[in-house]
Amino acid sequence: MGVRNTILNIEGLKVHFDTLDGTSRVLDGVELSVREGEVVGLVGETGCGKSITAKTILRSLPVPPGRIIEGEILFLGDNLLELSREEGHQVMSKKMSYIPQDPMTSLNPVFSVGEEMGDLIRWHGRRRLGPLELMGLRRKHDNSIAKAVELLDRVKIPAPREIIRRYPVELSGGMRQRVLIAMALIGYSSLLIADEPTTALDVTIQKGILELIEEKVKEEELSVLYITHNLGVARRLCDRIYVMYAGTIAETAKTQDLLDNPKHPYTSGLISSIPKLTGDEFKGIDGRIPDYIDPPSGCRFHPRCPEVMEICEQEKPELVKVGGGRLVACHLFSTGGES
Amino acid sequence: MFGRYLAKRLPYMMLVLFGISLLIFFLARVMPGDPARLALGPEATQEQVQALRHRLGLDQPLYTQYYVFVKGLLKGELGMSLVTKRDVSKDLIQRLPATLELVAVAMTIAILGGIPLGMLSALHKDRTIDQLSRVFAFAGVSFPRFWIGIMFQIGIAYTLGLLPITGRISGDPPAHMTGLYLLDSVLTRDLAAFMDSFKHMVLPAVTLSLSPLAQITRLIRASMIEELRKDYTIVSRTIGMPENLNIYKYMLKNAFTATLTVIGLLVGWLIGNAFIVEQVFSWPGMARYGVNSVLRNDFNAVVGVTLVIGVGYVFINFIVDLLYGYLDPRIRLKK
Repeated sequence: MGVRNTILNIEGLKVHFDTLDGTSRVLDGVELSVREGEVVGLVGETGCGKSITAKTILRSLPVPPGRIIEGEILFLGDNLLELSREEGHQVMSKKMSYIPQDPMTSLNPVFSVGEEMGDLIRWHGRRRLGPLELMGLRRKHDNSIAKAVELLDRVKIPAPREIIRRYPVELSGGMRQRVLIAMALIGYSSLLIADEPTTALDVTIQKGILELIEEKVKEEELSVLYITHNLGVARRLCDRIYVMYAGTIAETAKTQDLLDNPKHPYTSGLISSIPKLTGDEFKGIDGRIPDYIDPPSGCRFHPRCPEVMEICEQEKPELVKVGGGRLVACHLFSTGGES
Repeated sequence: MFGRYLAKRLPYMMLVLFGISLLIFFLARVMPGDPARLALGPEATQEQVQALRHRLGLDQPLYTQYYVFVKGLLKGELGMSLVTKRDVSKDLIQRLPATLELVAVAMTIAILGGIPLGMLSALHKDRTIDQLSRVFAFAGVSFPRFWIGIMFQIGIAYTLGLLPITGRISGDPPAHMTGLYLLDSVLTRDLAAFMDSFKHMVLPAVTLSLSPLAQITRLIRASMIEELRKDYTIVSRTIGMPENLNIYKYMLKNAFTATLTVIGLLVGWLIGNAFIVEQVFSWPGMARYGVNSVLRNDFNAVVGVTLVIGVGYVFINFIVDLLYGYLDPRIRLKK
């Protein structure tokens, strides 16, 4: 594998939220990149800013209360944060795809599965429709329904011909999630952002979905940003993992390196907190994700860190290279400035 | 599906109508003042008043009166009007189409104007166009209709002479089919009558439509803004749904469903409250007839008008329920 082009590169992304109690400083300089055909995991506890990162990339951050303070998101050469609404929508709808986190609210309740999928298949990537097409007076004679059935079949939905006539309210959470996954696979895209897509699914179906994503990655050179709190899933699917803590990237490395030899104390804690079937006592990390309105000074992890030093309270650690393409943001590795 | 729904709703509707008839019958009877005395004037003797009371059945016990009333109702009679001296049903048949036509046109203006305006407002939230539409909506709700009507008459009809000031038609009405002049003139291909009644229709209908138009605008605006934030809107936009399809099909259907109930209530409300507009424009409608009946204690007419409005409400809400089932599968599936 040669060096591949970077298709998504996030630099110093800061996103704040205005709340009644003050400014909530959620994303505090996120750095992240995804290369062509690469599956990148974004792992962290609930509330660490994973979904906000995804929403910001997808230009669906609610503004207000959200505010993008600084940073850039380069996607296929464009800085997404500088594009107009129209341009951004154009780039996003053609080149990105998205599997949302919450299957219960992500499907339009008053349209049948087939109706919505049919429109997506027919019109995918078109920015606007003409008035006749809009009114449904000029329908392309196509095989959109057949294609929808095929897609539903690929996400292991039983009796897809039946499901196509159903409304979201008639489907279980797991079924809806699979419909959403099928929708995300409509049309060719360069980057798939998947926000905990398999959380609602049981293990066998989850396996099938992961295989499907792997297949798409191989066939179409698809890049994936896979957001999850489940390190097991990330290990299975991802080439590289970013560990996120409280709106900052703690560490990134190739999946195997990260799991075998975590550098950041938070990563170690995260790995040791995976319940194992064999093995001893289950360990976690004490404490919780900090308050974003009044976050800890210096390194945001320092109040929970087992290896906290004096400098950790004063200075925010930068992401530094520690060899093997790894980056770590921890004073354990930056003090002395080496390797 | 429709048949089953109807079978379920029909007994319920009958019950509501029975309740309405009972309520308004007794309310009309307990209105202060003696209808017979009022009808005959202060000159009449006690004997004459007694005779009329007897003829109207007012000397009977209430339950007998109600029995007679219901019996007449089943035959399509509503009792004699003390003012016109005809059966109230005849008066209503003559006047109801005028009100229905006015309300229908006003409601059409309100819906066809309110939906685009509300959407425009929502899509350009907090920008100039939204501010203008909000001011307009606010004005539409708060300016009294009689004042707007008179302003229209002075400005557009009198000063500019563009439209007739009052009345429903100047020439001969089109051949009677439904009593709705616009519809009748279309059916009989009578262009002159159509243009004539159309010109007369514009000002009263616009005047009547302003308040519902404003309310629909505000509701559509609010629910579209909500739709814009919904997860499913964001998801389908993100995965490649054309922007205008997403707005006009996927969001609007949800937003409209939320507004539908209010539209139903507005129609019923307009039928009863068209009288100010009918009064200002000398529109020969039922609402004006109803108000005059109340003022003159014409109890049979009051009962008749109220009954028609009640039936109108029940009917409109029935239609709204059907539309709900059509628009929202969650309601259709619940059964």
